[in-house]
Amino acid sequence: MKKLKILLNGLLKENPVLVLVLGTCPTLAMSVSVINAVAMGLAATAVLTCSNMVISLLRKVIPDTVRIPCYIVVIAGFVTLVQMLMEAYLPELYEMLGVYLALIVVNCIILGRAEMFANKHNVLESALDGLGMGAGFTLALIAMATIREVLGNASFAGMKIGFLEPYKISFLTAPPGGFLVFGCLIALVAHITRGKAPQRKSFDCEGCPSASFCRKDCASCETAEKVEA
Amino acid sequence: METFKLMLKIIMTSVLVNNYVLSKFLGICPFLGVSKKLDQASGMGVAVIFVMLLATAVTWPIQTYLLDPNGMGYLQTIVFILVIAALVQFVEIVLKKYIPSLHSSLGVYLPLITTNCAVLGVTINNITDGYNFFESMVSSLGCGLGFLLAMVIFAGVRERMEESEPPKAFRGIPITLAAASIVSLAFYGFGGIVTSLFGE
Repeated sequence: MKKLKILLNGLLKENPVLVLVLGTCPTLAMSVSVINAVAMGLAATAVLTCSNMVISLLRKVIPDTVRIPCYIVVIAGFVTLVQMLMEAYLPELYEMLGVYLALIVVNCIILGRAEMFANKHNVLESALDGLGMGAGFTLALIAMATIREVLGNASFAGMKIGFLEPYKISFLTAPPGGFLVFGCLIALVAHITRGKAPQRKSFDCEGCPSASFCRKDCASCETAEKVEA
Repeated sequence: METFKLMLKIIMTSVLVNNYVLSKFLGICPFLGVSKKLDQASGMGVAVIFVMLLATAVTWPIQTYLLDPNGMGYLQTIVFILVIAALVQFVEIVLKKYIPSLHSSLGVYLPLITTNCAVLGVTINNITDGYNFFESMVSSLGCGLGFLLAMVIFAGVRERMEESEPPKAFRGIPITLAAASIVSLAFYGFGGIVTSLFGE
């Protein structure tokens, strides 16, 4: 029961993208088309699950003071693995994802889960957490990509939708449309859950992607404190 | 003259047309997180320019003279992120020891920069675009300037936004993103400027 809860946690209640607002860069950049979104989501899920497992296995070996560099090496290793596999077997997708594939390394979700979850839980739980969070990330990406592709390009995963063709809003596939759709989706989730989900009010320390590097004295923290006060 | 023209072209492209934040979506976290106050936004921008230039100056020679000749190009991601992380730490230590005044103004931004995807992005893009060392440095400068410009403009927008009262569900992050969309729309208008000024 507890394990199921861990798995489902990332899907809705603590959805990394729509509730915790982490990993914004790939979400915005890779939601132009559904195919891109699925590819990005799966790549990130694979890296997240594997790195969570390895970090959980090594959590008693890694000294506390150098844990962040160790996490980065583990994550970068898996990212390189995914890059090589994709280049060999899915060269078209590799071209489409471009630099964003390498940038999975600095995806806040992955480092954040390593720091917040994997170094405190056992291997199975960490793997489930990685799968759940990855699935949440993928679903949020697909939701956004569906809105942007169907309304902006009158197609779904590359298939044309004929009757929408004259009404397409090409603004939505452009960068500004990404920001707008993302904002509206977060607002929608906030409206539906209305306080039930742990909504992130501001970019405070808890969900801050840099929390692990920071000794609570960075510029972001200062802003967060001022908001609270 | 040719060099100057090339420089100008690279800088214009990366500041206005391919702005890292507003059209390539790199470095969104600090863009949203540290843009509440104008002084913080500009401080973050300057720190990013500094680290971008430094990171490019180190990673470009590593890729060209160490990884490529030895057929280890696939190690790019690992090596680059480690170099950047170590570099940021190193810069922080050096600044703290020798230039404390600069550390007190830039230091608060440095922890935020290690995981900034714009820094890793610019070093990787310089390699993929096939720039030589000089062009890489210019392009890093341009990307940094573009980041600074976006931060400063957006800080101005946000200071005005603080006084507005959006619908309840939109409060906080959603309205910030909607505002970012409008700023990004303004930059979208620069679309064809470089090709019409400099030709293909």
